[in-house]
Amino acid sequence: MRALRQFAKTLFLGELLQGLALTFRYMWKPKFTVHYPEEKTPQSVRYRGLHALRRYPNGEERCIACKLCEAVCPALAITIESDVSADGTRRTTRYDIDLFKCIYCGFCEEACPVDAIVETRIHEYHMENRGENIMNKDKLLAIGERYESMIAADKLADAPYR
Amino acid sequence: MLTTILFYVFSAVLVGAALGVVLSRNPVHAALCLVLAFFNSAALWLLLEAEFLGIVLVLVYVGAVMVLFLFVVMMLDINVAQLREGFTRYAPLGAMVALLMIGEIVYAVWFRQLGVNLAGSAPALAPGSNTAALGELLYSKYMLPSELASVVLLVAIVAAIVLTLRRRPNLKQQDINAQVAVRSIDRVRIMKVDSVTRS
Amino acid sequence: MNTLIHWWNLLGADGQHLVVMTAQIVAVMMSVIVSVAMMTYAERKVIGFIQVRIGPNQVRIFGLPFLKGLAQPFADVIKLLLKEVIVPAESDKFLFLLAPLIALVPALATWAVVPFSPDFVLAKLDAGLLYILALTSLGVYGIILAGWAANSKYALLGAMRSAAQIVAYEIAMGFALVGVLMAAGSLNLTEIVRAQSHGYASYVYPWQAAGFLSWNWFWLFPLMVVYFIAGIAETNRAPFDVAEGESEIVAGFHVEYSGATFATLFALPEYANMILVATLASVLFLGGWQSPFEGYLAADLPLASPSFLWLFLKILCFLFCFLWFRATFPRYRYDQIMRLGWKVFIPITLIWIGVECVMVWFKVGPWARVL
Repeated sequence: MRALRQFAKTLFLGELLQGLALTFRYMWKPKFTVHYPEEKTPQSVRYRGLHALRRYPNGEERCIACKLCEAVCPALAITIESDVSADGTRRTTRYDIDLFKCIYCGFCEEACPVDAIVETRIHEYHMENRGENIMNKDKLLAIGERYESMIAADKLADAPYR
Repeated sequence: MLTTILFYVFSAVLVGAALGVVLSRNPVHAALCLVLAFFNSAALWLLLEAEFLGIVLVLVYVGAVMVLFLFVVMMLDINVAQLREGFTRYAPLGAMVALLMIGEIVYAVWFRQLGVNLAGSAPALAPGSNTAALGELLYSKYMLPSELASVVLLVAIVAAIVLTLRRRPNLKQQDINAQVAVRSIDRVRIMKVDSVTRS
Repeated sequence: MNTLIHWWNLLGADGQHLVVMTAQIVAVMMSVIVSVAMMTYAERKVIGFIQVRIGPNQVRIFGLPFLKGLAQPFADVIKLLLKEVIVPAESDKFLFLLAPLIALVPALATWAVVPFSPDFVLAKLDAGLLYILALTSLGVYGIILAGWAANSKYALLGAMRSAAQIVAYEIAMGFALVGVLMAAGSLNLTEIVRAQSHGYASYVYPWQAAGFLSWNWFWLFPLMVVYFIAGIAETNRAPFDVAEGESEIVAGFHVEYSGATFATLFALPEYANMILVATLASVLFLGGWQSPFEGYLAADLPLASPSFLWLFLKILCFLFCFLWFRATFPRYRYDQIMRLGWKVFIPITLIWIGVECVMVWFKVGPWARVL
């Protein structure tokens, strides 16, 4: 009897029809595609995107070349060289981040005692030429200057939870 | 007029393709030439308004037989040099067969020119469907021979299967029927386990 | 205008016939090719919708603000045609370039005998059904040659799988067509459609048109299912697309093809064959151009009169099934495909042909009117 029932089930394609009914139902479900360039999903203030180096409001670089970020970086993406600057403070002469090595873990940001290196919410960027993947100090500072208001607002919003 | 031109075109290609079958070094090319030859002979039959025969030639030989042929030729790694070794030994025999066939063809053509009817009178084909006429003849007058032929073919098929069928007892195989028949309760057992408090 | 008429008259009856036939052939070919383009778009859309996505919705026709995405297939075609055709160095170059054409010809030539409406068919061939069987069996050559000529392991594996599969399913398909032949008593496709117009549900409406109940599917339902599934297997569509099998043999027979050869080898024949199988299924089993309401409504209503639109609707239903199946079923394993073809479909068709024989003998159902 069981064999007979099994035979009927396979002969009349019962399970296949069940599957077809399921996919047919799904065809009419509302789609949750985000029309990306026009629509964007909401981002967390903690989003870890492109890096930036910040300055104090008076224009002084925050980074003191402590190299904690270089030490903590699990992908060895950060290279720092330092020297004494003209005003006698310890400053970086070179601060490179290789974006191809970087895994965007955010450890550098966590390690930084002065909130100098941060990861911004920028995630739409690209490279056209070889070598553009190395973010040097000038580029990082430029990003920091340009998006300072956003970075500051994000840090403020995140502060109560830290 | 047009028919004559088409006849010569198809015949020329047919002869060329047939030569290609014999002369080409690559077995796959030879098989493809054979396909082309079949096509052209089918076209010749179509010119004679034997559309059923023409289409069946394409269906059976090109569509099925040659596919399997190509299948085998592609799977086997045929060493052409090895095949050519016996060429000189068998060449006289081959030439004799070829001469015999040429003689037969010449004989047939010669007799037709003399006005002698060889194959009995070919009746004027009914306009349009000779498929139906063929079927009627096949299943009334030639019922017994055609049924016999099909039985012989069936025996050949069964024989081929029996010859190649071998049972290997220690082979691990899937039983698809058993696989399909599996139900969830055969495989998954839901157990009720009492929760235990650790002391 | 006058000079045109002058030239037209100069052609004579034969010449005029030739010109009209050529124009008809070109028209049918162009519609098939445009349908293929639309089919690729529909495939992406339907599968997208089933997977709760949207599908292509960006490329517009001449930048018009409506029907976004409809120009996607044309953009794809232009891209493919502009790309470089790479011929592998160790390949059989002649056959490599010939294979796409060989694949294309049967896919297009079969349309010659398809009756589109009561009086439009390119060739009124009496052995139409045989012609279709013969030509569909040729489609495998393009695939085999492509696979062999590319001189690549994956391509050869794909070609071998495809060859064995097509040979296996052709038999089931042929038997299904034998059932249709027995029902219609003719190999001519126009006659087959006409034979479906009346009398099938003859116990209900003796000798009258019974609309959709009088079509072949009513008595030949198992054969219709077998024919359609065998058609899916013949066209190498999912869930029978082991010839491509991108997960195990990369892309099967067309791995080495690129650009225009890819378009003519893979996209065009595959989709043209899909549309063909859908068309034949609707012609053979769903009454072709006939209206489903014939005999129920007044005969002079447009809804009850035969027209190409009905055929079109039926084709669309079958084509939707193609896409629906692809979105639903996982790919069959190769030995399962062979088992299904040889051990399931052929017995089913044989049994149903036997059932039909009994029905003919006792003059039941559709055969009550015959003899």
